[in-house]
Amino acid sequence: MAVVFEKPKALIDVSTHYCPGCTHGIIHRLVAEVIDELGIIDKTIGVAPVGCSVLAYNYFACDMFEAAHGRAPACATGIKRTNPDKVVFTYQGDGDLAAIGAAEIVHAAARGEKITTIFVNNCIYGMTGGQMAPTTLPGQRTETSPYGRNVETEGYPIRVSEMLSTLDGAYYVERVSVDTVPNVIKAKKAIKKAFENQLAGKGFSIVEVLSICPTNWGLSPIESMQWLKDNMIPYYPLGVKKDKSIGEVV
Amino acid sequence: MGEKVLMKGNEAIGEAAIRANCAGFFGYPITPQTEVSAYMAKKMPKIGRIFLQAESEVAAINMVYGAAGTGVRCMTSSSSPGISLKAEGISYIAGAELPCVIIDIVRGGPGLGSIQPAQSDYHQVTKGLGHGDYNMPVFAPASIQEMVDLITDAFDIADEYRSPVMVMGDGMMGQMMEPVEFKERPAKVLPEKTWAANGLNGRKEHNVINSLYLEAELLEQHNIHLQKKFKAMKENEVRYELYNCDDECDLIFVAYGTTSRICKSVIGLAAKEGIKLGMVRPITVWPFPTEAFEKTIGKTKNGYLAVEMSCGQMVDDVRAAVLGRKPVEFYGRSGGMIPEPQDILDKVKELVGGAK
Repeated sequence: MAVVFEKPKALIDVSTHYCPGCTHGIIHRLVAEVIDELGIIDKTIGVAPVGCSVLAYNYFACDMFEAAHGRAPACATGIKRTNPDKVVFTYQGDGDLAAIGAAEIVHAAARGEKITTIFVNNCIYGMTGGQMAPTTLPGQRTETSPYGRNVETEGYPIRVSEMLSTLDGAYYVERVSVDTVPNVIKAKKAIKKAFENQLAGKGFSIVEVLSICPTNWGLSPIESMQWLKDNMIPYYPLGVKKDKSIGEVV
Repeated sequence: MGEKVLMKGNEAIGEAAIRANCAGFFGYPITPQTEVSAYMAKKMPKIGRIFLQAESEVAAINMVYGAAGTGVRCMTSSSSPGISLKAEGISYIAGAELPCVIIDIVRGGPGLGSIQPAQSDYHQVTKGLGHGDYNMPVFAPASIQEMVDLITDAFDIADEYRSPVMVMGDGMMGQMMEPVEFKERPAKVLPEKTWAANGLNGRKEHNVINSLYLEAELLEQHNIHLQKKFKAMKENEVRYELYNCDDECDLIFVAYGTTSRICKSVIGLAAKEGIKLGMVRPITVWPFPTEAFEKTIGKTKNGYLAVEMSCGQMVDDVRAAVLGRKPVEFYGRSGGMIPEPQDILDKVKELVGGAK
């Protein structure tokens, strides 16, 4: 009988710690499928963040690092610069990348580090139990914005992809979502491109993936997908923000 | 024998690291150590190695974490306020057991302090710097020649123990020029880096560079393992010099780095006045050379005088080694002020009184 569906080889066959309904599982799988399809598991080195995906090193079958909070792009820089023949990726959430690690991601992009970043944005700190993130939407209730994010006192969310796309060193910036099957397919294409760019020796590539957090949003997984569509996509429009291979900023 | 060349301390650090096969240097400008970066920026690309100026000290040490985790020799360099920023990364490096070399060219503090020489990072660097239970070997050379020699050793010890190793100078050591010889040495046989996360290349199990142990039992086991390593370092890597301690002394100095050189001058001055002084010079400030005090405690009439360019930090370790058996006194200048030989001699006379 033909096998029509199996676990990617780039994922270790273990149960994950992710909450029911969490989309990290989908995104892990997309990254792993891309690693398999490109046949690069032998030369890929991943860097996990601090946050919900802190244990990603237990799931990806390639060599892995666990970086300090926000420092994954610096760690990846050290790996890639001294091992230019390897494929290096970071996998980071919004607290890790856009708050405590804002400097590291901006400068990795500005330097045009030949790395691939998977940026999972779910508008909240998940691991610590649902606090306000730099990407938390105006009015969104969290543990630390219990009356809803007030832009007068808490400021505005950061559109990371748009910000990074202004940097000359950024080669490819795209925002995708995993709320629907067509969007998951588009997300995989973007992730694949971000890895292919690195294999081609091009500069910094980042894919921002809009993701859900049913546990900390206090919604069911299905309600969460709808919330993402209704609230996140209008604030964080999907699409290619920059692609130097076609020489235009969309 | 190699030839002697006149070099500035900071540049000699860079050259020593290059000769020790340092493959990556990640730095950030800060006075008084910036010449290390400038030297590496000039030399490393020409020999196909990596120099990178990071966006911060925090990023620089995390670049070291990344590069070291792949098994290549790498180094970063900074001065006191920058070392504070690196503390986070050094804790992770110690936890994940990665070999690397860190240079601290100490300046006055606290805060932004001054850019003049000081030894006031002693507590910080000898007690581990960052959070958690760990230590790292810290060398405190007293000349540029010794600094160069110790950098080669530092890389070897880092690889041998899978540990960060620090070489600590002060602003004087970084900025002054002295003749140095880069000695050819046979390469030391070191353990293979089978733990390095540098791509599977056919390996069955993936390697993970990590300091996270969510289960308390496992973290405790890891800490017990680390403590065994620190114990081995204490047993095998402690270094010190006993100067002029062969006969009974009126007083014995304890001093490292720049202050040990000043104390040597004072020993000469005092001899002319009939006062016999010796010196314990720690070369490793961690592990602290406790045994040097066992060897000298019976030879000093008036105990020890710790001389530091700080408000009194190493003196705590001296007291812990002497355990109240003899007096332990302190003389120090701080903020970038250098102790004057005459002032130290006056302090000596105050302590030895009519001893001579």
